[in-house]
Amino acid sequence: MIQLAIDLAFILEKAILIGGIITVSLVVAMYSTWAERKVAGFMQDRLGPNRAGPFGLLQPLADGLKLFMKEEIIPNASNKFLFILGPGLAMMTAMMTSAVIPWGKQIEIFGRTVDLQIADINIGILYIFAVLSMGVYGIMIGGWASNNKFSLLAALRGASQMISYELAMGLAIIALLMLTGSLSLKTIVEQQSAAGGWWNIFYQPLGFLIFIVCAFAECNRTPFDLPEAENELNFGYHQEYSSMKLGFYLFAEYINMFMSSVLMATLYFGGYDIPFVNDASLIESMGMNTVAILQGLSLFAKAAFFIFFFMWVRWTIPRFRYDQLMHLGWKVMIPLALINMLITGVIVLIKENGWPF
Amino acid sequence: MNITEILFWLLTVVALTGALLVVTSKNPVYSVLALIATFFAISGHYILLNAQFLAVVNLIVYAGAIMVLFLFVIMLMNLNTETEPQKNKWLKMAGTVAGGCLLLVLVAALREADSKSTIAMVNTGDTGLIQNLGKTLFNEYVIPFEISSVLFLSAMVGAVVLGKKE
Repeated sequence: MIQLAIDLAFILEKAILIGGIITVSLVVAMYSTWAERKVAGFMQDRLGPNRAGPFGLLQPLADGLKLFMKEEIIPNASNKFLFILGPGLAMMTAMMTSAVIPWGKQIEIFGRTVDLQIADINIGILYIFAVLSMGVYGIMIGGWASNNKFSLLAALRGASQMISYELAMGLAIIALLMLTGSLSLKTIVEQQSAAGGWWNIFYQPLGFLIFIVCAFAECNRTPFDLPEAENELNFGYHQEYSSMKLGFYLFAEYINMFMSSVLMATLYFGGYDIPFVNDASLIESMGMNTVAILQGLSLFAKAAFFIFFFMWVRWTIPRFRYDQLMHLGWKVMIPLALINMLITGVIVLIKENGWPF
Repeated sequence: MNITEILFWLLTVVALTGALLVVTSKNPVYSVLALIATFFAISGHYILLNAQFLAVVNLIVYAGAIMVLFLFVIMLMNLNTETEPQKNKWLKMAGTVAGGCLLLVLVAALREADSKSTIAMVNTGDTGLIQNLGKTLFNEYVIPFEISSVLFLSAMVGAVVLGKKE
């Protein structure tokens, strides 16, 4: 008999962590839909959802129930396997980013010290890029399998948009990496939260600007929601979808939004760092677990601000035309990112070697 | 069996099944998807060898960029099972023989190579980590590395010239 040598406690710990993070992401995404409508209501001087529960707080549950109850329609001429695979892929790639994000420092349960991060791999940022480039498949497969010209057009739009903006995003990140010297998200957060460390936004304001614009494009949010431009393409790549499959696509967008908000907070705004406080001395006075919770809350507060920013922009700025979008991506964002990279490189060199002239 | 071995066998099965599906499936979109699955499995193998950078770059470049272009072309040309031209029997036979010949040449070439005695360093080696890889690339192999970037630049210029042609 072959012995299975597996550390059960380790697997259990990671499984609980994964379950917890997925649950939290789903709940945040659920309430993002509610918050979006409330923000839209506020911006347009109306009330927004207020019927289900106090302040309409049960509205997401009602929406979810509605989506579950709707009839499931799979078009006759569609490719059934891929039609079902599409939303699943979109959801999966949206969730996968959470694996390398540090949600807090450490907690201690039953004598075990548990890192609040699913996997601290030393290529954290590259992993996120790999997952991002996988995100295209959910849209493309869904759009193609529907066997509908509008869906296919929207899918092609979405895919080329994501590929174009990935480049500028990557270049913006490279400038950041020159400063941090590490690809591990945990190390990046620790550098920012160390005593005397500044948040990266102060070193990389232009890089952050490029990053946030590209994040909007990657999430297919207004002003870059060309893949679902309803006045040109009816409903975009998920036109043929109904019931919870449509729900998956819509939900994946909100999870993407949450993940990119967390990522922006992690890379540029100190991650779980509590501002104006020395975390190390706080751990001594308050204990490890309390500080970990506070750090998690701090990260969520930063993420919540960015989610609000996403909504704010959505209800303020109209949609780009498609050629304007491509022009912005290739002729504005990429040169800007390259210049940012050049300046950062020069400054890093001068800092290391002194002024040579 | 420890967890590394289990993962190794699992990934091997996925890689081989995916590779077979690429060749055998009639629908070209399925072929592309199977190829993506194969790339994932191979990246998993890289991770088992502790070559994390290689694994992720394999995913970004091959599974993320090149396969998307493949999918683009297939979707735009709307290649389906119905439109897929059925090759005749003799052509298939010739293909099999040619593939077999290639296999024979590869096996003959690798039979005497000394790679048989070297054992993969599963889960231990650190040459594949990004730090060591970067240092090696920019110290020992800096000239070939830069020359290959010039090669890419010339390919890009060539593509633009071809695209601009009226």
